[in-house]
Amino acid sequence: MSNDLGTLKKSDVAIVGVGITPFGEHWDKGLRELVIEAGFAAASEAGVRGRDIDLMLVGNMSGGMFAGQEHVAALVADFLGLNPTPAVRVEAACASGGVALRQGYLAIASGLNNLVLVGGVEKMTDVGGGWATSVLSGAMDFEWEAYFGATFPGIYSMIARRYMHEYGLTRDQLAKVAVKNHYHGSFNPFAHYRNRITVDDVINSSPVADPLRLLDCSPISDGAACVLLTSAENAKKYTDTPIIIKACEQASGTLTLFDRRDICTIDATIDAANKAYLNSHISPRDVDLLEVHDCFTIAEILALEDLGFCEKGQAGKMYDEGQTYVGATLPVNTDGGLKAAGHPVGATGVKQIVELVKQLRGEAEKGRQVSGAEIGLAQNVGGSGATAVVTILERGD
Amino acid sequence: MTMYGVPSHWRRYKERYRLSGTRCETCGNIYFPPRKVCPHCRREGKPVSMNFSGKGKVYTFSVIRVPSEGFEAYAPYVIGLIQLEEGPKVTTQIVDCSPEEVYIDMPVEVCFRKLREQGKEGIICYGFKFKPTTDAILKK
Ligand SMILES: [Zn+2]
Repeated sequence: MSNDLGTLKKSDVAIVGVGITPFGEHWDKGLRELVIEAGFAAASEAGVRGRDIDLMLVGNMSGGMFAGQEHVAALVADFLGLNPTPAVRVEAACASGGVALRQGYLAIASGLNNLVLVGGVEKMTDVGGGWATSVLSGAMDFEWEAYFGATFPGIYSMIARRYMHEYGLTRDQLAKVAVKNHYHGSFNPFAHYRNRITVDDVINSSPVADPLRLLDCSPISDGAACVLLTSAENAKKYTDTPIIIKACEQASGTLTLFDRRDICTIDATIDAANKAYLNSHISPRDVDLLEVHDCFTIAEILALEDLGFCEKGQAGKMYDEGQTYVGATLPVNTDGGLKAAGHPVGATGVKQIVELVKQLRGEAEKGRQVSGAEIGLAQNVGGSGATAVVTILERGD
Repeated sequence: MTMYGVPSHWRRYKERYRLSGTRCETCGNIYFPPRKVCPHCRREGKPVSMNFSGKGKVYTFSVIRVPSEGFEAYAPYVIGLIQLEEGPKVTTQIVDCSPEEVYIDMPVEVCFRKLREQGKEGIICYGFKFKPTTDAILKK
């Protein structure tokens, strides 16, 4: 495995514009309207003309199964008025957005493209819950997990049960992940859920897949997010506060949970993070805030350990001590995370970047802005850990 | 779950009915499900088919209360990872006991069951599930 772009890297990559739709149930908007809204927001922020964009990437898990629509990259490029700009859909289940970002990063870093629009979108609420559960189970091994009746929450529940067995994580500690994310989400006008909840609310919510309950699970949401990438040297043409992508690394693991070396660890996160730290010369202690993939509460626990922010088995204690709130030592998911902000799967990896950019610019809403934030890290996971993308951003001014 | 055609079930039936996997004669690693390539040895590997004994223990489990399409009739049902005595783990349903009786390390053995029906006229899918061994629940 090569460690970096080496001599192929022509320039550093900057984010010069971001845009996002509110996440939630959008009965009045289809997939194309969602991307248009986020894409125009990103482009107008940067003062970019459509004809200057020379590549569009769209992270999308399953336009076909959720909305009956394949070929979504060409569709949204058309309706954004970008023809004949090449448009490519990127799919890696829930990591589709993060992998799309990485492809955009490579396109700019290599010098092949000058201005890339990276979008992520999912339109999930046009179908019923049973069907949505089935579609999401396609992020696992269909023939050897879903075929036997495993669901996506079921897979993460099996991780949670084993983790509790091995490390003594309590049901209350797990609930505190969701409580914190709802608290942060209450300050985010784009969040799917802005209500605050208590530990009792979580542990009394309806059981989905024991030991996980409804309020342990991220919701089914519609939404889109976009970011505009260009080279660091061109960035000042578009913005006074470019945000530099210091690293954007990706790794693969087994699709099935049962084939993992250790089901309480996502090795793909560890592998991607180690490469990102190595290439950026940034270590966990330099990071001011995190956006991690809390598709289920247990996933946030694993993320903090796998990314190197605490020892294995110790993350639960950070929640007893409130360390992951804005204003505390390590703010995590300042927008409410997947749990409260919502999880339109293809959009999530890009949404995490939008949030970090807002935070690093100092533009997040009152109540969730991390003061003086200079460096942020995002972790986006596909399936139960078969794909992981770790991105490190830093203020570039 | 979409109604995929007969060949999609037929091509896997031996593996799903008999619980078979692959042993690599080069490195001795054992895999489930069957693999054509040993990830450890790749082109030097010699994967051969093998049947598992069907004995193992519960590594972890969950109780599915919100099922995927096609499994509604079975909910709530127990899904688990079984560590087979040969080493690999499998995802499977744990049956012939109540969810409250299942525990980590419970000894289990394979059985052959209906997995689901695809509507009145669709295919009936069969495959392995696991059940407690005769003394497993007493051991708890
Ligand atoms: Zn081998």
